[in-house]
Amino acid sequence: MTTRVPVEKKVLNENQIVANELRDRFRENAVFCLNLISSPGSGKTTLLEKTLDRLPRNTRVAVLAGDIQTENDANRLKRSGFPVKQITTGGTCHLDARMVQKHLEDWPLEDIDILLIENVGNLVCPSSYDLGEAAKVVLLSVTEGEDKPLKYPSIFFKSELVVITKLDLLPHVPFDLAKARENCLRVHPGVEIVEVAAINEAGLDQWMTWLRKRQDATSKSRTAVLIN
Amino acid sequence: MHELSIAESILDAVERQAADHPDARFHKIGLRIGELSGIDADALNFSWHAVTQDTSYQQTALEIEFCPRRHRCEQCGQQFTVHDYRTDCPRCRDTNTTCIGGEELDIAYLEVEE
Repeated sequence: MTTRVPVEKKVLNENQIVANELRDRFRENAVFCLNLISSPGSGKTTLLEKTLDRLPRNTRVAVLAGDIQTENDANRLKRSGFPVKQITTGGTCHLDARMVQKHLEDWPLEDIDILLIENVGNLVCPSSYDLGEAAKVVLLSVTEGEDKPLKYPSIFFKSELVVITKLDLLPHVPFDLAKARENCLRVHPGVEIVEVAAINEAGLDQWMTWLRKRQDATSKSRTAVLIN
Repeated sequence: MHELSIAESILDAVERQAADHPDARFHKIGLRIGELSGIDADALNFSWHAVTQDTSYQQTALEIEFCPRRHRCEQCGQQFTVHDYRTDCPRCRDTNTTCIGGEELDIAYLEVEE
């Protein structure tokens, strides 16, 4: 006899449980966590290098950099002097919450105010895995097509900010910036967009302003919870 | 291609569930997959066959229900399916709408032969 047993469970339930634990710990320890996602080669590491350069030396910031192989990104970011750890997934195309949890084991969260996570370069898979972050940020470089948001709507919909990168290359590539912005807004009405050319520092002020504003919003909502 | 990780997660979840039905043979697994979940049904079926090879789930089929992106209008309460990324309300044209469906990646049910 065939019977149907209702299950009603999320496939990624186990990941969600760990992500929720991480989010609670981030809240308790006032850690502002961002999850940076893009295709390979869109400029996540360069944006992070420039971000770390601009942060005051006494900022309590830490970085987790995800890649399938090599410690190259972490080595680049370590030059900033801030704590950086590489997560090498060994083949997996995304970070999951357990990898983040494991790599945070020997970092006391009470000593961190900002945790920046550079996900594995991939626009599809990382969008399914919650890492306990306050917000996802997606990068789109002008050397990719302006239709990327339409092809990969999931990540553009789930991200709070789109950073259009490599603006310095705009004169050399057939990338329609207005169309790219329009496509971002079609998939995610109201999404914030900043444009940067990290290599020559253009637009970085705008990005840093967003970062501070978003961090403030997180700590304010945290205070509100404490007051209530 | 994270469908392989997803297939492994499904197998884990089903194996846990199987503990409650020790003598059962699992016929089908009902899944709900949203338009915004980033999962490709063909790739998931392919991965499912790969991860279940030589296990007792080799004959277990995935039945996938595709869930389109749906929004609710905050102005008039209308619920609607989003076509061609148009998220404004088809009834009152208000642009303040909230996503209420399309992100599903759920195991809905198991079909068991006992």
